[in-house]
Amino acid sequence: MLPAIIVLSVLAIIFGLLLGFAAIRFKVEGDPLVDKIDAQLPQTQCGQCSYPGCRPYAEAIAKGEADINQCPPGGETTIMALADLLDRDPKPLNPENGVIKEKTVAVIDETRCIGCTLCIQACPVDAILGAAKHMHTVIASECTGCDLCVEPCPVDCIDMVPVGQDILTWKWPYPDNPLEKAS
Amino acid sequence: MSQGAGTTRRLWKFHGGVHPPLHKDISTTLPVRAARLPDRLVLPLHQHIGEPAEPIVGKGEKILKGQMLARPQGYVSAPVHAPTSGTVTDIGNHPVPHPSGLSAPCLVIEPDGEERWIDHQAVEDYTALPPSELRNLIREAGIVGLGGAGFPAYIKYNPGHQKVIQTLILNGVECEPYITCDDMLMREAPQDILGGLRVIQHALQARECLIAIEDNKPQAIASLQQATAGCDDIEVVPVPTVYPQGSEKQLIKVLTGKEVPADGLALNIGVVCANVGTAAAVHRAINRGEPLISRYVTITGGAVAAPRNLDVLLGTPMNALIGECDGDPARIARLIMGGPMMGFALHRHDLPVIKTTNCILAATASDLPPPRPELPCIRCGACADACPVNLLPQQLYWYSKHRNLDRAQEYDLFDCIECGCCSYVCPSHIPLVQYFRYAKGDIWTQEREKEKSDIARRRHEFRQFRIEREKAERKARRARKKADGAQSERERKKAEIQAAIARTQARRQAAMKEAEKRRKAHGRGRQKAMDESPRAPDNAPEKEPRK
Repeated sequence: MLPAIIVLSVLAIIFGLLLGFAAIRFKVEGDPLVDKIDAQLPQTQCGQCSYPGCRPYAEAIAKGEADINQCPPGGETTIMALADLLDRDPKPLNPENGVIKEKTVAVIDETRCIGCTLCIQACPVDAILGAAKHMHTVIASECTGCDLCVEPCPVDCIDMVPVGQDILTWKWPYPDNPLEKAS
Repeated sequence: MSQGAGTTRRLWKFHGGVHPPLHKDISTTLPVRAARLPDRLVLPLHQHIGEPAEPIVGKGEKILKGQMLARPQGYVSAPVHAPTSGTVTDIGNHPVPHPSGLSAPCLVIEPDGEERWIDHQAVEDYTALPPSELRNLIREAGIVGLGGAGFPAYIKYNPGHQKVIQTLILNGVECEPYITCDDMLMREAPQDILGGLRVIQHALQARECLIAIEDNKPQAIASLQQATAGCDDIEVVPVPTVYPQGSEKQLIKVLTGKEVPADGLALNIGVVCANVGTAAAVHRAINRGEPLISRYVTITGGAVAAPRNLDVLLGTPMNALIGECDGDPARIARLIMGGPMMGFALHRHDLPVIKTTNCILAATASDLPPPRPELPCIRCGACADACPVNLLPQQLYWYSKHRNLDRAQEYDLFDCIECGCCSYVCPSHIPLVQYFRYAKGDIWTQEREKEKSDIARRRHEFRQFRIEREKAERKARRARKKADGAQSERERKKAEIQAAIARTQARRQAAMKEAEKRRKAHGRGRQKAMDESPRAPDNAPEKEPRK
C-alpha cells in the first residue's frame, strides 16, 4: 500500500514538473486562432465590418463577438474560408455591412488636388504619396480599394476606379452549362 | 547505345492517349514559301511565358530588320525584334491572340518594303564559346520554345547544378491534328535543325541526341535520317503515333522509360527537350546572326481552299495569311490558334501571328461541330483510361465543378497538361479541361490575392507601429520640454535676481562715484557734500561684506 502511494506520488510530481516546464518553455505567444482568422481576411482595413481594421475584426470573431459574414471585400470566398476554419455553417454576407462590389483602386485627380494630406492620413496601408501643399498620388499596386480616402478629401478629387483586367490577370471562366441553367 | 540511324531502339509507353483524326495531309501538299509582306505588323510585347518585354524604340522611329525593339525584363523574359525594316507607327494596346480576347501592349510597324538588315554576324566558332555566352546569344535572339508553350529557350539550355545531361531530345513528334509546320520544316530544312541541335548540344554538353518523329511522317524521318547519316551521337527515332506524345514528359517516358517527377523538370533526370523549330531558330541565331523574326505557320481548315505552310514574319495579321491561302472568311465558324485539341478560339480574324502561333485553323462548322450540351457524369471512367498523366479526371471534375479547390489540388490538378484527351473521350460531352483551367485560374488568383493581402497587412501593421512610435516620441518630447522648461524657469529667476543685484550695486557705485566727484569738486564745501549725501560713504563698506 505505502510503496504504491509513494511511487504514484513521485510519478505525479515528475509529470507535474515536466508539464510545468513545458508550459513555460513552449509557451505560445499571442493567439494563434486570431492569426489564422486574420490570414483569411482581405486586409483592406476598410472598417466595413464595423471594426477598426482586419485584425480587430479577427479578434472579435475569435472571441465570438462578431459573425463571419461581415466582410464585403472578402465576399463569399472569405466567408467560406472562415466557415471552414471555424467549423461553422457558411451564411450570406450581412447586408448591413455593405454589398460585394467590383475590386477598385483609388485615383487622385492631380489637377484638383490641393495637397491637404488628409487622404494620406486616412490611408490604412500608406498607399498615398505626397506632402503638404504638394500634389498627392496613389501607388496603385499598394491600394486595397478601401474607400477610406474618399470621404476626407475636401475637394472631392479622389475617384474609385474599377481594376481592369489584362491578359496577365485574366482567368478562364467557369464553363457554362445551358442544360443546368435550364433546370 | 546509339549507333546512328537504322537501329531499332527500345521504346516505352505512357498511360492513356487517344487517336483523333489527324487531317494532316491537306496542308502538306504545297511547299513552304514566304508569306507576303503585309501593310502593317503588330508585335505584342508579351509573346512568351514570363515578364513582357520593354520597348526601347520610340514612336515614329525608323528601324532596320532584325533590330531589337523591346528588351527582356527580368530572367524569364525574351526580347522582340523587328521582322522587317520600316517605321514604328504606334506603341500601345492592340488586340492580341489570347483566349481572353483582350488587348495588350504592342509595337506597330509600317514596313518600308526595303528589307534592310541591321548589321549582324554569325558566330565564327561556337564551340570556342563557353556555354553561358552561347545561352546569352540565344537569349538576345529572342528565341522561345516554338512548339507552342513559348518558354524562353535559353533557360532550358542551362544544366545548372545538374552536371551531366545524358540525353538531348529534339521533339519532331507534332501529335496534334491539323498541324504540319514541324513536319514541313523537317522535310525542307533538316540542315537548319541539325545545326541548331549541335549548338544546343554544345551548350548543354549533352552526350546523346535523339530526334523523335511520329511514324506518320515518313518523309520527315527520311529527310532527317539522311541529314544525320554518319553522326554517331544522333539518332532519329520513329515513334508510333498517339496523342499527346508531343508533350515533353510523355515523350521522355516513351524514349527513355524515365518519368519526370511531378514537381520537377526534365532536367532533374538528365534530359532536355527542344522543339525542332526552336533548334532551327537557334541555328539561324548562332550560325547566321539572325534573331527570331519569322516562323513556319500551318494555315489549314475547311474554310481554306489551299491549305499550306507559310514562312511568316511575326506580327503578320492572320486574315492576310488566310487570304493568301484562298480562305473564305464567311465560312469560318471558329478560328483557332493551335490545334483542335489544345488550341483556343480567337475572337477576331485580324490578330497578329506571334512566336507561339504554330497553326491557324480556320474551321468550318463541319470541321469542328459546336460543343454539345454537357450531360451528367456517369462515372464510366473513360477519362481516367485516356489520361496520359494518370490522373482521375472525374474526381478533378467533381471538385472543380463544386469549387472545392483544395481537394482538386490534392488530386494533383496542377499535373494536368490540359491535353484534352479526357474531354475527347467523355460520352457526356463534359468540357473537363475547361473546368480544370477554371480551377487552376481560380487558385492562381487566390494566391495572387493572398500575396497582395499579406503586403497590405504588413504595410498596415507598420503604419500602426509608426503611429504608435510617433505618439511615443511626441510624448517623450513634451515631457523633456516640460522638464527643460521647469529648469530654465528656475535659472531665469536666479538670473533676474543676479541682474537686480548687479543693477543696484551699479547704481550704488555710480552714486558713490558721483559723491566722490562732488566731494572733489566741492572740496572746500566738504561739510556740505557730506550733508547732501550723508549715508553714501558708510553705506558701501557696510554692504560689501554682505555680498
